[in-house]
Amino acid sequence: MIGGLFIYNHKGEVLISRVYRDDIGRNAVDAFRVNVIHARQQVRSPVTNIARTSFFHVKRSNIWLAAVTKQNVNAAMVFEFLYKMCDVMTAYFGKISEENIKNNFVLIYELLDEILDFGYPQNSETGALKTFITQQGIKGQTKEEQSQITSQVTGQIGWRREGIKYRRNELFLDVLESVNLLMSPQGQVLSAHVSGRVVMKSYLSGMPECKFGMNDKIVIDKQGKGGGTDDQSIAIDDCTFHQCVRLSKFDSERSISFIPPDGEYELMRYRTTKDIILPFRVIPLVREVGRTKLEVKVVIKSNFKPSLLAQKIEVRIPTPLNTSGVQVICMKGKAKYKASENAIVWKIKRMAGMKESQISAEIELLPTNDKKKWARPPISMNFEVPFAPSGLKVRYLKVFESKLNYSDHDVIKWVRYIGRSGIYETRC
Amino acid sequence: MTDSKYFTTTKKGEIFELKAELNSDKKEKKKEAVKKVIASMTVGKDVSALFPDVVNCMQTDNLELKKLVYLYLMNYAKSQPDMAIMAVNTFVKDCEDPNPLIRALAVRTMGCIRVDKITEYLCEPLRKCLKDEDPYVRKTAAVCVAKLHDINAQLVEDQGFLDTLKDLISDSNPMVVANAVAALSEIAESHPNSNLLDLNPQTINKLLTALNECTEWGQIFILDCLANYTPRDDRESQSICERVTPRLSHANSAVVLSAVKVLMKFMEMLPKDLDYYGTLLKKLAPPLVTLLSAEPELQYVALRNINLIVQRRPEILKHEMKVFFVKYNDPIYVKLEKLDIMIRLASQANIAQVLAELKEYATEVDVDFVRKAVRAIGRCAIKVEQSAERCVSTLLDLIQTKVNYVVQEAIVVIKDIFRKYPNKYESVIATLCENLDSLDEPEARAAMIWIVGEYAERIDNADELLESFLEGFHDESTQVQLQLLTGIVKLFLKKPTETQELVQQVLSLATQDSDNPDLRDRGYIYWRLLSTDPVAAKEVVLAEKPLISEETDLIEPTLLEELICHIGTLASVYHKPPSAFVEGSRGVQHKRLPGSAGSGESVESPEPVSAAVPEATPSVIPSQEDLLGDLLNLDLTPPTTTGPPPPSSGLQMGAMDLLGGGLDSLLGGDLGGNPAMGPGFAAPPSSMPQSFPAPASRGLDDLFDLSGGVGIPAGAYCPPKTVWLPAVKGKGLEISGTFTRRSGVIQMEMTLTNKAMSVMTDFAIQFNRNSFGLAPAGPLQVLTPLSPNQNIEVALPLNTLGPIMKMEPLNNLQVAVKNNIDVFYFSCQYPMSVLFSEDGKMESKVFLVTWKDIPNDNEAQFQIKDCHLNSDAASNKLQGSNVFTIAKRTVEGQDMLYQSLKLTNGIWVLAELKVQTGNPTFTVSLKCRATEVPQAVFQSYEAILKN
Repeated sequence: MIGGLFIYNHKGEVLISRVYRDDIGRNAVDAFRVNVIHARQQVRSPVTNIARTSFFHVKRSNIWLAAVTKQNVNAAMVFEFLYKMCDVMTAYFGKISEENIKNNFVLIYELLDEILDFGYPQNSETGALKTFITQQGIKGQTKEEQSQITSQVTGQIGWRREGIKYRRNELFLDVLESVNLLMSPQGQVLSAHVSGRVVMKSYLSGMPECKFGMNDKIVIDKQGKGGGTDDQSIAIDDCTFHQCVRLSKFDSERSISFIPPDGEYELMRYRTTKDIILPFRVIPLVREVGRTKLEVKVVIKSNFKPSLLAQKIEVRIPTPLNTSGVQVICMKGKAKYKASENAIVWKIKRMAGMKESQISAEIELLPTNDKKKWARPPISMNFEVPFAPSGLKVRYLKVFESKLNYSDHDVIKWVRYIGRSGIYETRC
Repeated sequence: MTDSKYFTTTKKGEIFELKAELNSDKKEKKKEAVKKVIASMTVGKDVSALFPDVVNCMQTDNLELKKLVYLYLMNYAKSQPDMAIMAVNTFVKDCEDPNPLIRALAVRTMGCIRVDKITEYLCEPLRKCLKDEDPYVRKTAAVCVAKLHDINAQLVEDQGFLDTLKDLISDSNPMVVANAVAALSEIAESHPNSNLLDLNPQTINKLLTALNECTEWGQIFILDCLANYTPRDDRESQSICERVTPRLSHANSAVVLSAVKVLMKFMEMLPKDLDYYGTLLKKLAPPLVTLLSAEPELQYVALRNINLIVQRRPEILKHEMKVFFVKYNDPIYVKLEKLDIMIRLASQANIAQVLAELKEYATEVDVDFVRKAVRAIGRCAIKVEQSAERCVSTLLDLIQTKVNYVVQEAIVVIKDIFRKYPNKYESVIATLCENLDSLDEPEARAAMIWIVGEYAERIDNADELLESFLEGFHDESTQVQLQLLTGIVKLFLKKPTETQELVQQVLSLATQDSDNPDLRDRGYIYWRLLSTDPVAAKEVVLAEKPLISEETDLIEPTLLEELICHIGTLASVYHKPPSAFVEGSRGVQHKRLPGSAGSGESVESPEPVSAAVPEATPSVIPSQEDLLGDLLNLDLTPPTTTGPPPPSSGLQMGAMDLLGGGLDSLLGGDLGGNPAMGPGFAAPPSSMPQSFPAPASRGLDDLFDLSGGVGIPAGAYCPPKTVWLPAVKGKGLEISGTFTRRSGVIQMEMTLTNKAMSVMTDFAIQFNRNSFGLAPAGPLQVLTPLSPNQNIEVALPLNTLGPIMKMEPLNNLQVAVKNNIDVFYFSCQYPMSVLFSEDGKMESKVFLVTWKDIPNDNEAQFQIKDCHLNSDAASNKLQGSNVFTIAKRTVEGQDMLYQSLKLTNGIWVLAELKVQTGNPTFTVSLKCRATEVPQAVFQSYEAILKN
């Protein structure tokens, strides 16, 4: 199991050091600093073995988190734990930065003591942790409160405490998708997929039983023609769920039922590859004029209902390293050559569906005798659209709470779809 | 509230100030001070001096302060064990606190204080906490058992905590179950043979129930534990699989990977024609693909595992090629792994896409990645024949880029393509030759030379090209030199008329001017071949080459199976068995996949159903195996049979038969069965009527020994002193010496003689590592300075605890002796007889079994000439040096002595000594598991008997 956990700043100074196992000595802290943080080369692996000690690390901005072990641990678990640790810290004190870590080091030690026992991860749900790790002490608790805490931390529904009350029962569902594309210069789709998340904010009283339904092809087909007629169903390649969802029920009936945590959490993640609506198409044209000049023309076409508006559009056209000057002309939005990023960045605030826009640029190059050809990185794009490119629709989210007297109709529900660009690249 | 200020105190006298603050009456001030202490501890300052002051703060009802003090205690208790006792009372009291959080905190912290004295006090509170009414306390106590076991395993067993822990598997609370499983799994790992985690269908059922209810981490513990179970039949296997598959939809990647591990393992037991088998295969692909949308570090872990899964079951992901396409922003470690998997999945169906991708990658920035991409193109060509032409043209395009490392890599892979498809793509040779000058890596140079040599008849200026390499022959690496030698010989065989001079030149370079034995040998072979029979040479050198394999870098099947059992763990990331990177006994058990119980054609490699059962070798003397292993591990060369192979004459066979029968009869196992053994049975070894009087012989030996000046009791053989370090080499110091063994103590006896003009002082001695770990047991005691022309006798006691390295010959010892003048090195050989230990007498029954157990190939036979002893005298002499006669038989005037001896490192040597009356030639057959030992032992035999 995990033998120790260290947090370093970018210089390699130790901010937090917690050792769980006897086989990890103080020198392990230094070994990681010397061999990984101070190593001059690029990190070639997130797992490093130094003198029979294995180090797992993740980086958040310029903070290094490293877990250490001398055993054959479950590597996937260690990384999942490190991410979870980051989530917990963020939930407690915001951004993970040197300043915040130093300011909260006592809290971090307290958390590490609770969520990792002898290197075994324990309950790390923020909802549960916040009930008893507060930095205020737990003097005031009554006996009932204490036993409620412990039964929640260890219980079957470790993510929700009892006795939650809201005057207004309300829930928000966000379907957040990121659409990924790799297209050849000729406009052929090399790979495209959507990875989506359903994020829920629930403000519900008691212990509500929820049931979530979407236009999943398997479910619709099973229900036969009786189901929604105008609903297009979608094929979901794979999905994963928050631990509150009863997986065995999903496996047997494909129904998604759960008791939600309080507040914001990620209900599910999914991936689709079929019938994806690609919101934008990028048509590049790069021409080399002699050895010192490049002519670039890029057309973008929006491909969705004209009534909808895409936002925060950004096209990034890479330029060679030996670029000396760039002249840009664009019909819409603003374009700028950013020498430090080796790219022309073209920004458009809004764009309706079924439109097209164009940019052309002349790039002056310095003559070089570098034999190596310019690698021509792909043109990448960022945007945000108010629909789900996968075609996913929420059909229902039913709430049942048998003990309290509110019904499904009393709950105010909000659903929102946001499609964002993931890695959306066109080779040129 | 900003705590960062605690990190900034660096002034002197800080400890003193802190001490004052810790003892302050104000609670707030105290807490501040403890925080400062913890901050200093974090940055690595030693604040252990504050131990009593910090511990004094422990008695508090402020939980935050308490936790800080505990943190300090865990860090420093070990360095201040006596002070730590002060804390015990508070712990014991806290374990009774009405607040379950405080009870748990106390038991959790107490387990982390690794002080023996404290663990005694821990037992009672722990016992109570294991049965606490609150699940939070129980789950903490479960882990505490594992902690305690790590400190004092015996105590845990004696106190019966293991049974309590087992009971917790049936606990009503899922988290308690999960922690108990985790603790038991870890404890079981350090006791490989204990049946601690007694997995049976009932417990499995309990675990599967808890699996649905516990936290994500608990699910991982349970799944990892399940993976160690071997179902009884395919039915049970299927029902477990059915209950595990829902986990594949868990958001936590580690849960998914552990579930995949269980499924991959239990799938082995399902018959392939079962519908469910196909369903399961289909269910595995999507979650594996989903893992690739996780954070990069997890992607890396997933990819390393997918690499294994694809090798074991390629069908799972064969349609998922696209997801392994490299993204521009992937970290380099993800890119390299994806590339590996792409090559494994490449097939005729997807080759066009793959090639287009690989070509893109070959223009990227990272050198390693580009090289690997180029190499991958070559591998595609070899794997998918239809694509070979396209691959070659892609490679040619890449060569045109003139990027140095791309060109070199391309040439290396084109060589392989030529080998796979001979006489097909030779048209490209011209292009390759253009790049000859830019090649600076040995592998690429060697590949190019191979191509030129192989196709010498089609390249007009092949001789010039090869000659150009020859100029700097001695600066080339061996790889290139060897290739150049072969290449030129090929050229000569193809165009003998114009290249005679060239071949002469290379042969003389390789044989006369090189000190590399491989190169020299190859040179001589060619030379002789060419000078004796050029036709044969042609047949040999230009012979058809064996096909090269399609897949490369495949993991060896048994290792692959083991790694599949370790999916998700570090072993699967490193692609190494846990024993390769884990110290101690943990994780050293080799895991195996279970065999199929279903239809016959189902599994590629029929494995016995022996999951997690270490291969138990039926050895009579287990320690010997281990020690032998140690010896061999240090051996750089694979063990080869030394000495001449035993002649397979009728006599030899007869001797073997007699031996078997004779010993059987001694044991009384086969009475009256075989008439031939009659005499042996009639003559017990102790009463030999016509023997030379043994006591006299012993007395004589003793006399001789005494006259030798050194009293050796019990007639142990002691070779005469020989000069080890002549005065010429020792700057006037002469050392002569010998080795003795007296009542179990090995001594090195030396005579140091000063033949120089000045006084010698400050003697010291050191040994190099040697085969049996001989090392000085103490310093070299030369008490008085050694004046000129004086000599001194020194006896240095030795032990066999030193570092081990195999020497050639086995009994060689390299010694360094230092004095005030210089350090001198010499080597000497010790008689093996000093290593014969006193307990070398084997039970006759064991002897028989062992003799049969050692393969006949390990038997070595030697002859001792001119030895005028009878068998009893010989036996006595040998006994004096700890060679024990176990049995004796006489067959037709020939005495056979069966003897055993044991070396200090536990290696047994068994011997059969044949003595024929009136014949001065003895025959010794030695059997030993270590094949290099008999030769050296024989030398001792000869020396002892002839002395």
